[in-house]
Amino acid sequence: MLNLFRPSPHIIVGLEVGTSKVVAVVGELNAQGALSITGVGQSRSRGVRKGEIVDPTAAAEDIRAAIVAAEKLADAEVRAVYLGVTGSHLRGFNNRGHHPIPSVDREITADDVQDVVNIAKTVNLPAENHVIHVVRQHFIVDGQTGIQNPVGMVGAQLQVDVHITHGVRNRLQNAVRTVRTLQLEVEDIVFNGVASSLAVLETQDKELGTLVIDLGAGTTEYVVYADGIIKHTGVLAVGGDHVTNDLAYGLKVSMSRAEALKVEHGSAVVDPAGRGRMLSLASDRGLPERSVNLEHLHRIMSLRLEEIFEIIAEELAQAGLLDYLRNGVVLCGGGAHIPGIERLAGRVFDLPVSVGRTKAISGLASTLDQPEFATAIGLVKYGSFQAASGRKRAPWFDRVKASLSQILSSLLAF
Amino acid sequence: MNPSPEIAVPSATPKRNPTIKVIGVGGAGVAAVHLMAQGGLAGVSLAIAHTDARLIGQFPVKDRVLLGAGLTRGLGAGGEPAMGRAAAEAAAGELADLCRETDLVVLVVGLGKGTGSGAAPVVARVAREHGALVLALATLPFEFEGQRRWQQAQVALGHLKRECDAVVCLPNQKLARLMDENTTFEETLRLTNQTLVEGVRGLWRLATRDGLIRADFADLCHVVRGRQAESCFATAEAAGEHRAREVVEQLLASPLLDGGRALAEADAVLVSLAGGTDLKHREIVAVMEQINRAADNAQVIMGACTEPEFAGRLAVTLIAAKRNAPETAAQTDVAAGPVEEPPPACEFPTRRDEEGAERQAGSKPPSRYVSQAEIPPQVREELIQKHEAANRSRRRRGASTQQLLPLEVVPKGRFAKSEPTIHRGEDLDTPTYIRRGIALN
Repeated sequence: MLNLFRPSPHIIVGLEVGTSKVVAVVGELNAQGALSITGVGQSRSRGVRKGEIVDPTAAAEDIRAAIVAAEKLADAEVRAVYLGVTGSHLRGFNNRGHHPIPSVDREITADDVQDVVNIAKTVNLPAENHVIHVVRQHFIVDGQTGIQNPVGMVGAQLQVDVHITHGVRNRLQNAVRTVRTLQLEVEDIVFNGVASSLAVLETQDKELGTLVIDLGAGTTEYVVYADGIIKHTGVLAVGGDHVTNDLAYGLKVSMSRAEALKVEHGSAVVDPAGRGRMLSLASDRGLPERSVNLEHLHRIMSLRLEEIFEIIAEELAQAGLLDYLRNGVVLCGGGAHIPGIERLAGRVFDLPVSVGRTKAISGLASTLDQPEFATAIGLVKYGSFQAASGRKRAPWFDRVKASLSQILSSLLAF
Repeated sequence: MNPSPEIAVPSATPKRNPTIKVIGVGGAGVAAVHLMAQGGLAGVSLAIAHTDARLIGQFPVKDRVLLGAGLTRGLGAGGEPAMGRAAAEAAAGELADLCRETDLVVLVVGLGKGTGSGAAPVVARVAREHGALVLALATLPFEFEGQRRWQQAQVALGHLKRECDAVVCLPNQKLARLMDENTTFEETLRLTNQTLVEGVRGLWRLATRDGLIRADFADLCHVVRGRQAESCFATAEAAGEHRAREVVEQLLASPLLDGGRALAEADAVLVSLAGGTDLKHREIVAVMEQINRAADNAQVIMGACTEPEFAGRLAVTLIAAKRNAPETAAQTDVAAGPVEEPPPACEFPTRRDEEGAERQAGSKPPSRYVSQAEIPPQVREELIQKHEAANRSRRRRGASTQQLLPLEVVPKGRFAKSEPTIHRGEDLDTPTYIRRGIALN
């Protein structure tokens, strides 16, 4: 039969609408279920503040540009995307569900597991809130904790801990609607922090306990993995834009110049060698116009970044999670490029710090192994998991074909 | 600051509920008391005192005192606090009758005009002399009511603080922010009065109801008494499944608490929860956890009580007292200034005299950049005098409102229009180095 309607490989697209840039990554899932990245497209983002869309028209244009670039490179047509979401309205918390085992022999079945997870999912949230993720943590059977799969065990009381990430429905809808105006389907929305951690962490990192901090332009997301599961998620609506804004104010330069200074001369720690050094700024005609103090530049940046880490450290200390982080801290996002950021984070958290690398994905490795692509790659990876778990469900075309042939055969049987 | 700091605790038998009298002084107070009479506050006797005979006649409250009939001929104080004070002094005997046999007197007063500003401190003094604990709920005028009223209100507030055991302030200007732009002015005024009523209701609950965890009047005094800064007050009520969450959201969003900032700055917070018998432990935990988190520097005193009439609902009354920050020291000086000498009959800056000018000069908040200690005090005095003399001729009447204006533009830059990121009462959009006061040179 003519293979017109079915694109041969299954493509998965991750779309991150960030505050500074829009990134679309196209991944291809081959017959063996292995993922390789075939295309990436990015565009400057104008319609986003603090991770949320404030100008849908501008944002839609930027998304289109990024998708078109990715389509060109991957030589594929993008129809549906996994959309990353963030913003200060997102919250994460842990919830526990209880379920008594009713059967006589007290054996826990798959149905019981389903039930207890559903119970844990039903939480009292205001009507305007939408649950983005419900992540299973551990099962507890009659008080015995840390059980991964209780099916087949015997017990009277089954409990499960889940981590729930939720946000305000309308604010999430804003992003989804903007994407839909471009005739793109949104397969699922994913919290950016979860996506980034999928991209930069391997199983053993998750087991050991790792804190992933995604230093974006508008927001900073953080996710704690320990014992292989998500323990904590959070968003702080402070990011690289704030650093730029601080510099523009403190050094009395324009925003664009502050951004350039941040990228070229920025540092997360105050370097004693830079004390007293002045940078001269060129005017439009290339003539030296005025100069700024390098030490001031570093100090302003350092204070802001230190504060971001301190706020996160404080929250994790309150949640009692700092001791779980045996693998340390992994940084990603554009902020991970700042020189000295590892040193600063190491000082605040008192843990080993590294910049995340997107491992275990083949394809355009060299271009993509940058911390700022972690979220988009993680989105593709998330999509590949979904596709893998939904593999039993054939694509809709096959289903239609199957049902048609069924009708046909039943007609022929007459 | 009180002349007799220790409260004369009335020797009440333990089983008896304290007798409470609410006295509305001045126009706003009278209106609020009238609203209470309609709303029904069982166990509280209401009284009004005013200089305006016509207004007094309008409201059917049992205990009515016309202040200074001989002085004003029942025509009101004409916005002159001195007149209000004199009228109240003249009617001291009747006021004393009003306060006899009362454990707690709650003064409800709108400061700024004549009777409220002038008479309220007198009523408070008389009540205290008769052994009652005195607590004042005072509204401060709207900004549009003008500079002079604001100043009169500030001075009166200082007096009131000295005479009362506790003063809780409700600035009308902040209340106005609760309204949207379509709210009529009448509704605005009704709401300010309603807030006063809710305040009294909350205090009454606090003082009379036996709670599961008691937070009583003594706790209240502990929180608000002797603090020169204004205490903030807010109530919130919610019903339904998510009431614990909603109630906290309402509180933290309340303009009366500056969107939660007042809590972050507070050093003592009194929280009183009232719910139906279905009040859950989890809900109390949820509310208190949030409040404790918002006010992590404060000593938080909580009380909880259940009442059948609150079935399905949860009401939280919260009073936050700010610490006496050095920034506000200068400002409170205005209020505390006249405390040393017995207050003269007319100390309100009605004329732009030398003394008034000096007071305004002294009441500017200290600059963050110029250290105050650099100039010796005498030299500074002289400089100010010289400056005042030079400027007096071309100074406009309301020039001293400068002290209330923010002197530096908050450097939020590109985030000026976006939703602020507030973390523990700090606006994270402002550069960190500025919030931490780190100088770059």
